[in-house]
Amino acid sequence: MARRPALLQRALPSVVILILIAGPVGLGLAATLLPAFGYLPALGGSAVSLDPFRAALSEPGIARSLALSLGTGLAATAVSLAIVALFTAAWFETRVFRAMTRFLSPLLSVPHAAAAIGLAFVIAPSGLIVRLLSPWATGLDRPPDLLIIHDPLGLTMTAGLIAKEVPFLFLMTLAALPQTEARRHMRIASNLGYGRIAGFFKVALPQIYPQIRLPILAVLAYGTSVVDVARILGPTIPAPLAPRIIDWMADADPALRLQASAGAVVQLLLSIGAILIWRFGEILFSRIARSGWSSGRRHLRDRLMRHSAAAFVGVLIAAMVAALATLVLWSLTAGWWFPQAFPSALTLRHWTGLYSSGSQLIADTLLIALPAALVAIALIVWQLELWSRTGPRRSRTAFRRLMFLPLLVPQISFLFGLQVLFLVAGWDGTLVAVALTHLVFVLPYVFLALSDPWDHLDPRLAKVAASLGASQNRILWSIRLPMLLRPLIVAAAIGFAVSIGQYLPTLMIGAGRIATITTESVVLASGGSRSVAAVYALLQLLLPLLGFLLASVVPAIAFRHRLGLRLQR
Amino acid sequence: MSLKRVMPIAAALALTATLAQAQSAKDPSWDDVTAAARGQTVYFHAWGGEPRINAYIDWAASEVKDRYGVTVKHVKVTDTAGTVTQIVAEKTAGRITGGTVDLVWINGENFNTLKSQGLLAEPGWAQTLPNWAYVDVEGKPTVLSDFTVPTDGQESPWGMAKLVFMHDSSRLAEPPHSLDALAAYAADHPGRVTYPQPPNFYGSTFLKQILISKIDDRSKQEQPVNPDRFDQDVAPLFAYLDQIHPNLWRKAEAFPANAAAMRQLLADGELDIAFTFNPGDASSAIANGELPDTVRSFVLDGGTIGNTHFVAIPFNSSVKEGAKVLANFLLSPEAQARKQDPAVWGDPTVLKISSLPESERARFEAIDLGIATLGPEDLGPTLPEPHPSWVAAIEKAWAARYGGS
Amino acid sequence: MADPPPSPSGLKLDHVEINLETRRLVTLDRRIAPGDVLTVMGDSGSGKSSLLDFIAGFLDPAFRATGQVWLDGTEITTLPPQERKVGLMFQAPLLFPHMSVGENLLFGLNKIKGRDNGQRRAIAEDALRDVGLAGFFDRDPATLSGGQQTRVALMRLLLAEPGALLLDEPFSSLDQTRRADLRNLVFSKAREQGLPVLLVTHDPDDAEAAGGDVVRL
Repeated sequence: MARRPALLQRALPSVVILILIAGPVGLGLAATLLPAFGYLPALGGSAVSLDPFRAALSEPGIARSLALSLGTGLAATAVSLAIVALFTAAWFETRVFRAMTRFLSPLLSVPHAAAAIGLAFVIAPSGLIVRLLSPWATGLDRPPDLLIIHDPLGLTMTAGLIAKEVPFLFLMTLAALPQTEARRHMRIASNLGYGRIAGFFKVALPQIYPQIRLPILAVLAYGTSVVDVARILGPTIPAPLAPRIIDWMADADPALRLQASAGAVVQLLLSIGAILIWRFGEILFSRIARSGWSSGRRHLRDRLMRHSAAAFVGVLIAAMVAALATLVLWSLTAGWWFPQAFPSALTLRHWTGLYSSGSQLIADTLLIALPAALVAIALIVWQLELWSRTGPRRSRTAFRRLMFLPLLVPQISFLFGLQVLFLVAGWDGTLVAVALTHLVFVLPYVFLALSDPWDHLDPRLAKVAASLGASQNRILWSIRLPMLLRPLIVAAAIGFAVSIGQYLPTLMIGAGRIATITTESVVLASGGSRSVAAVYALLQLLLPLLGFLLASVVPAIAFRHRLGLRLQR
Repeated sequence: MSLKRVMPIAAALALTATLAQAQSAKDPSWDDVTAAARGQTVYFHAWGGEPRINAYIDWAASEVKDRYGVTVKHVKVTDTAGTVTQIVAEKTAGRITGGTVDLVWINGENFNTLKSQGLLAEPGWAQTLPNWAYVDVEGKPTVLSDFTVPTDGQESPWGMAKLVFMHDSSRLAEPPHSLDALAAYAADHPGRVTYPQPPNFYGSTFLKQILISKIDDRSKQEQPVNPDRFDQDVAPLFAYLDQIHPNLWRKAEAFPANAAAMRQLLADGELDIAFTFNPGDASSAIANGELPDTVRSFVLDGGTIGNTHFVAIPFNSSVKEGAKVLANFLLSPEAQARKQDPAVWGDPTVLKISSLPESERARFEAIDLGIATLGPEDLGPTLPEPHPSWVAAIEKAWAARYGGS
Repeated sequence: MADPPPSPSGLKLDHVEINLETRRLVTLDRRIAPGDVLTVMGDSGSGKSSLLDFIAGFLDPAFRATGQVWLDGTEITTLPPQERKVGLMFQAPLLFPHMSVGENLLFGLNKIKGRDNGQRRAIAEDALRDVGLAGFFDRDPATLSGGQQTRVALMRLLLAEPGALLLDEPFSSLDQTRRADLRNLVFSKAREQGLPVLLVTHDPDDAEAAGGDVVRL
């Protein structure tokens, strides 16, 4: 028997990581609940009552706000999942699939706000599409008065969410596939004469779905409580619940702060409600699907469906690419009037202006994102290495579930209380407080990014090394970490990108003192200079891109003579 | 400083003259202020949605750093109300020194909140600033009366604002010069007119402009809202809105978020008319390539709403001296002239140009106001803002009537 | 039960029993003398790999194992894998892909005071020459054939100076002719260095070539 580390040593990384994640979420939720019931001595509220809830629920149009939050969240999640499932079913293990995978993965690093800003530039009535078609095809020399952005039903906002969530769910599905027998079972289904899509839905999806349920619920929780995308694309009269809560919080009237806390609790209930509705849908869907398993129908004629799945994903990729291209154009524009399809003059002024106005922002962004990413990597490596040493443990499943906690609880619901706690501690508006809050969201993504490659490392390599007399630490530093150099840098880049993309945590915990390129670009998105907004939206993308560039360049240089590693994906 | 604290607030006006004289003799207490300010770091909370204004504040910060050794950090807020909440929270949390806000760009309702709750630095400090001597107290009475609330020297004027409309002359040669003409224009050209969504400041200002023009008795607005009569008083306002809403941009089912977004829509050709609170806005946007050079400014017959915007020091700032040095610099002829230049910002000065020394006056005369800026004689009368209580009341009524915020 | 004193040399498996839940996978009580080969044969799932894992110190906690393992008179059952001095060879050569061929060998070579880097490299190059791979020191392992890689893996193992060899079907990935060559190489090296060998395989040819006792699981 190998010697086992002592219990404390074994549990320490889990404890540290869980404190860093569950601590802020749990304490934050508690600190949100008290003011929601009227108790906030700092603002003179000491009587426990339901008044804040009454006030929140009697705001004009609140029922519609609740319906919007619920509807857009559920619709975005369902459509995203449908696209991902159909596309995977139709094209898995084909050239099309590989090509689209290559496009979808980098899209994951585009922050929500940047994607929404770019999409708005493309689909607005005065946006790129109408410009490209005008006046020669549309006959328009003025933009049509069409309600596309901020539409009252939130359709555009839903589309914006879908564009961002499809790449996420897609990559989660890709990660889940090798953990199941889906690949082989799909071949058996084909061999038995089933069409691709039917084979996937009858054989593979039931195996994959449990693996991606948590990511799906995270998408759902996010969609029902999103603020930045709602601000940029969503309806405004009334807005969905989450942005309204932020407005109440920013109001000069302190009583509205209690109301905002109550709103944050309502938001939590709403997201839980959405998850329950989803769960009900799961049961319903699996009943229907189950009856299909034994029907024997092969559904061989799925050509149309297969091609429409590819078309969906193609449109999505095209929209995102167009969004990014439009951002680039606007960032270089010195005058671009409707219906010109191209700016009338180009300038680098908006970029050079960054030197004076943006350097502090960029510095703060990096001072938060770099430590957050590096600390997350260190902690997750510590945890994974410990698991490698002690062998597989049952607690690991529980650990993975807990990692999803901050992604399942609506941000606004616990950030609200967390802000109060940091204020009481006198830490509000410090880089450390913001970085700690970012860590809550960075850790899960780093864990998701790193645990698969870590587990897929051939365990026999470590056994060989150990039987050669290498110590555990030597195995870590000379075998595991060098072999995992690329996934390590990718995971760090993902963590870095997640931190940069954080809008609400920065806004709320930064207390206005800390601004990052993301908070700045949301402010600028509704401002007067589309060019400057574009510059900041692009910066949100360029910084993480540098990380991903490192992830491909560094291992390529370090292992330029190592064919065995270059062939790895 | 103790002398100033006991100074009767009502004598603030009289103080102006005294200080103007004292200033020429180098008021020793101001030297104390600048000495104490050296090395301080001032957190200046100012709306950060406009890159040109941000660049101007950056410039002011670096000048103050070079000249007085005061470090200025611009905290870019999205909504000044948030800063007000922060100060209120600090007060109730018992943080009476070391507040997070040292200077805040403010006026109207937000100023009234802070002033009425005693959350501002001592009255009269604004008049102790050496550059107060040049402020145009007679010509611009709103520098002392912020939305009818007396400033009592608790905020220092920074710039002037006046509701000014913009139109693209290549599409709309003769703009409507009254609210009724505007409604008629919207009826003829559906979807080309709108206003920012209240409670955005500009949207609320547009509502106030309508209220002032349509209310039966203008004197009512100098008083706080009378809840009993409120519905009657605002009936003409909402009658007007009900009339134009179906003809507005997106049939009033969506609104631009703020004036800058509305200006962007004008640039995109979605709108024919936009408005701003800064008479120089159109010219500077043209200079920046954000508006076509065919855009021109206009005002309504009978005048438009105007006010002054200020900077104020919260009660719990620990670097009040540094904040005063910054406020004084912002009020200097040099900074004010630069601010008025449309190539920089285009925000009108609060100073009386004729009272300036020759060399300082030349700074203003050298400014090219730009093709789209109305001269002082064309700006028309300035209508005073109603009492701050009206703003919240009509915003609330608006939200209730048109479906939330 | 009174244990007889274990034999001082070789690999002794003393009443080893491995269970998974209620299923008994392995029972073995044997001594392998230096230079001898014990072949364990069995179908997949029969617990062959668990036996090797138990001896080398990698047994998954899900398994329950009793009995002791002795190597040259020392009980190693409770030692960490690093200190057991039992060398493992798997089906695949498992060269570390991020290291050169030479670095793989040096990874195996023990650090001894007074031996400088030049001397270490010379030892590694000798080892390569020994198995007909002279001049391969700086090569990328991925560019070597399967047989060449297995030879490097063997030398890497031997440079670590193990007290026993555990072979987990190390020849199954090779074609027939290479398989015979490598079998001979491995067994002759083991005999040369007096190492007890435990060979796990399902190939009767392997068992025959090993020449020692055969146990079926």
